[in-house]
Amino acid sequence: MWHDAFLVAGKDLRIELRSKVALNQVVPFAAVVILLFGLALGPNRAVLSPAAAGLFWVAVLLSSVLATQRSFAVEAADGARDGLRLSGLDPAGIFLGKAAAVAGELIVLEALLSVGVAVLYGLELTGALVLIATCLAATVGLAAVGVTYGAIASGLRIKETLLPLLFLPVAAPVLLGATKAWDEALTGRPGAGAGWLGLLVVFAVIYVAVGIVAFGPLLEEA
Amino acid sequence: MSRNRLVRLVGALGLVGVIATYWLGLFVTPNAKLFGSLVRLLYIHPSMAWVAFVAYGMAFCSSLLYLWPRTRHARFDRLAGASAEVGVVFTGLTLVTGSIWGRTTWGVWWTWDPLLTTTALLFVLYLGYLALRRVPGDPEVVARRSAIAALIAFVDVPVVYFSVTWWRSLHQPPTVDLAGRHLYVHGIMAFTLFLSFVSFTLVYAWLTAHRYRLAALSEREEDEGLDLALEERRAEGVLA
Repeated sequence: MWHDAFLVAGKDLRIELRSKVALNQVVPFAAVVILLFGLALGPNRAVLSPAAAGLFWVAVLLSSVLATQRSFAVEAADGARDGLRLSGLDPAGIFLGKAAAVAGELIVLEALLSVGVAVLYGLELTGALVLIATCLAATVGLAAVGVTYGAIASGLRIKETLLPLLFLPVAAPVLLGATKAWDEALTGRPGAGAGWLGLLVVFAVIYVAVGIVAFGPLLEEA
Repeated sequence: MSRNRLVRLVGALGLVGVIATYWLGLFVTPNAKLFGSLVRLLYIHPSMAWVAFVAYGMAFCSSLLYLWPRTRHARFDRLAGASAEVGVVFTGLTLVTGSIWGRTTWGVWWTWDPLLTTTALLFVLYLGYLALRRVPGDPEVVARRSAIAALIAFVDVPVVYFSVTWWRSLHQPPTVDLAGRHLYVHGIMAFTLFLSFVSFTLVYAWLTAHRYRLAALSEREEDEGLDLALEERRAEGVLA
């Protein structure tokens, strides 16, 4: 299973490195979102900086929809989905591989975006350890939910509008936990943030387990 | 008793029950000391929430039966869809009646209370599920994916509830006092409350049975429609 996961993740990341869709489209999209938040809330730093954690995670959530869509758009072309089924790879491995690739892209995005948020919203990134750990745990959860729903929506005719509707409500607890953890760390209470971090780890475990179980039936169909 | 007559009986009993609840709730039961006439919402709001819960539980169970290879049958898919649809309607009604309660007791239409927030997320979660069911495509593929989505949605409910509860309990005490959830009911009030649970559950069963039948009929129409049209065309050819 782990070997298969490595193969699939390597394949997806290689495609991204060559096509650079994530870099050229998803990252700029996230930048646009945080710029728009700035415009919507006004230039007042007293408003922006307390909301920064929430805005950052909403931007990540919206971008992860795009990253997931991209992850399955790759499989839709040239009958790649059938190729994947014929390859004899373990479905759980395929799920883990695709989720790992999406998670890797999101981590890079979060690193870039946090710099953007710090600059635009006038934020000091304190409690770096909790911030980074939160990113890791939340991203694993997001990628797992995203890839599971991506597989549910993939190959259907109206998937573009369906995926956000399916994905975002389920991802809401992750948004909640990650925002609170970041909030606590940024306001100088990393200890309180650690509690939320634990919750995010539990979510990640649940969503990964659900994805592993669900992916087999999702792939086996015609 | 044939299935049709049973459905009709359930519908009639549900209707009588709802009318009796209406009459008892509005004209017979007394005002509560603390809440006045508003207490009458008690006779519809909790039973609506209960029906939504039952409906989602039913959708979960039938989705599980559909996914299990030995019990895989289109009827479980139809039942899950019918039940979830009724559940979404009752979740919407729960939110509306809860909102009315909130406006009159706490002065706000909405408060970020764990139960309310969870219900609202549940509402959009199952709207997504219903949207997935309506996607055109191979019925078996859509049915299987819908069943998986229903399972994930159900697993997600405690996750959402727990996180929202924790979110509200830390640092931000609720801005409004949520008194009234532990209202003491007795006598005729308790009976009316009980009656509302029974009659709303009957209405749920009746609506779900009809929605199920409608789904079965529309599937049959899709299957047989083309054959019928072809036959008619052929008959025309024979005549000419």
